Amino acid sequence: MSEKIKHYSGEALKSADIEEGRVPTEKCRPKAKFAWSAGMAMSRFLEELKNGKIIATTCNKCKRIMVPPRIYCENCFKPTDGWTYVKDIGTINTYSVSYLAADATRLKEPIIVAIIDLDGASESMGIIHKLGEIDPKEVKFGMKVKAVWKPPEERVGAITDIKYFKPIKEEKP
Amino acid sequence: MSEVAIVGVGCVGFRPILPELSYKELMFEAAVKAYEDAGINPRKDVDVFITCAEDYLEGFSIFDEFVPDQLGAVLRHLFTVSGDGLLGLATAYMLIKTGQFDTVVLEAHSKASDILTFMDIVAFALDPILNRPLGGHPYYVAGMEMNRYLHDTCTTMEQCAQVAVKNKKNALENPYAAYGANITLDQVLCSDTWFYPLKKLEISTPADGCVVMVLASENVAEKLTDKSIWVKGVGWCTETPNLETRDWSKTVYTRLAAEMAYKKARIHSPWKELDFAEVNDLFAYKELQHMEALKLCEYGEAGKLTEEGLTARNGELPVNPSGGLLGMGYGLEASGMQKLLEVVLQLRGEAGRRQIPDAEVGLAHAWRGIPTATGITAVLSNVK
Repeated sequence: MSEKIKHYSGEALKSADIEEGRVPTEKCRPKAKFAWSAGMAMSRFLEELKNGKIIATTCNKCKRIMVPPRIYCENCFKPTDGWTYVKDIGTINTYSVSYLAADATRLKEPIIVAIIDLDGASESMGIIHKLGEIDPKEVKFGMKVKAVWKPPEERVGAITDIKYFKPIKEEKP
Repeated sequence: MSEVAIVGVGCVGFRPILPELSYKELMFEAAVKAYEDAGINPRKDVDVFITCAEDYLEGFSIFDEFVPDQLGAVLRHLFTVSGDGLLGLATAYMLIKTGQFDTVVLEAHSKASDILTFMDIVAFALDPILNRPLGGHPYYVAGMEMNRYLHDTCTTMEQCAQVAVKNKKNALENPYAAYGANITLDQVLCSDTWFYPLKKLEISTPADGCVVMVLASENVAEKLTDKSIWVKGVGWCTETPNLETRDWSKTVYTRLAAEMAYKKARIHSPWKELDFAEVNDLFAYKELQHMEALKLCEYGEAGKLTEEGLTARNGELPVNPSGGLLGMGYGLEASGMQKLLEVVLQLRGEAGRRQIPDAEVGLAHAWRGIPTATGITAVLSNVK
């Protein structure tokens, strides 16, 4: 309240006034439902996840191996030239430890979300997923991680066919 | 100030459903066609990209963020016009007129088949306190408008039905049309009454498709092509959103949008000076109403002219030679671009079997559908 105004006229509205119907309200919940066509690139990507594989598309001009796949190279603006599998192993590019759920309530177990540059794909290409079997304090940039897949019979062709990525020890050369 | 030209067009669809393509892939295909047509490289030759989309029709918040890749606009200069494609045309026109930008890409699409609850989305545009609680299908708004229009002008149900017959027939010659058909007046009149007096066959059905265009300043256009189509004038207008207080008979929004465009294009007698018109026909009666508001004829005369065949493809002033939205399908925010595409193809002489001989000046008009009262008009010519 500003210094000049000591008191506003009228009654302050309390949430009980709304809940108990003492003030008129109008409620409306939009029925907004969508089913997006996945298209050529995403359909194949999801199909391959069901097979336990990660597929990329390639551009012969800029030589990139692109994942998630697309049917056009956005840099060269031309159709892509082929499909190729990349590994389900990658390197942590960046990560965050999320302590809150979407409704801002505190999670009992935090979620670790990471950008994972996949082996076999071009630089800064990969997947965004959760990390598991690791203490948040142990996560490091450049750490090698591997996909933990759901059993084949539980896969439906979705990004969640991978449960999470877990750290692997790098093999010594 | 530079003149503004359309130098490239690309279209995919329109089809009742394009399940094989994602909206991104749909846009990519239309963009490739448009850039090929204009002879440009989008990664180097475009100053601004404009996409016309409404988040609620896409199912995404901040839809512009999903657009750059498929248009060749990554790390380039893009924004969304949240409205019909012709509002995007008006924006592109203004950008080029400033002299600061030479090449502008314009995109609008419909992936109507991705929307599972289309009418609920339309209903969500109604006033939440005054209108939405009444329930019902939002197209009753069109029924009320048609009823008042027929009452005020003595236009007949037969005359409205004739619009559907004509447009669906025109669409049979248009490869970009989803719903071409040879139907009779009786079939339209005997189709179900859905929103009295509006009949089922007088209502456009949504369709999937995408239109991309390349616009350029005079200097750039003349280097690129000898088939430039010049934007002579653009106008737009919005009436009150209140259903309770708007004019139900005369579509004043379209009249004022037309006057704005005609003034710029120096059109004084539209019926004489325009060779054809692509007019919003989301509902059959809307074509008649909009013709009158566009000054293509006197108020209350459009039905009679249609009945006499003057607006047929071989008539004195063809209206919707493309097949209109009744024939092509309702392309949501791309519906103005469907009109614009036909105007460009006709003026280039590339309209195939539906070509209007010696067409020099054409008009494209859009209305944003139920429950809006927004109209946009553009006048184009193949003569600078």
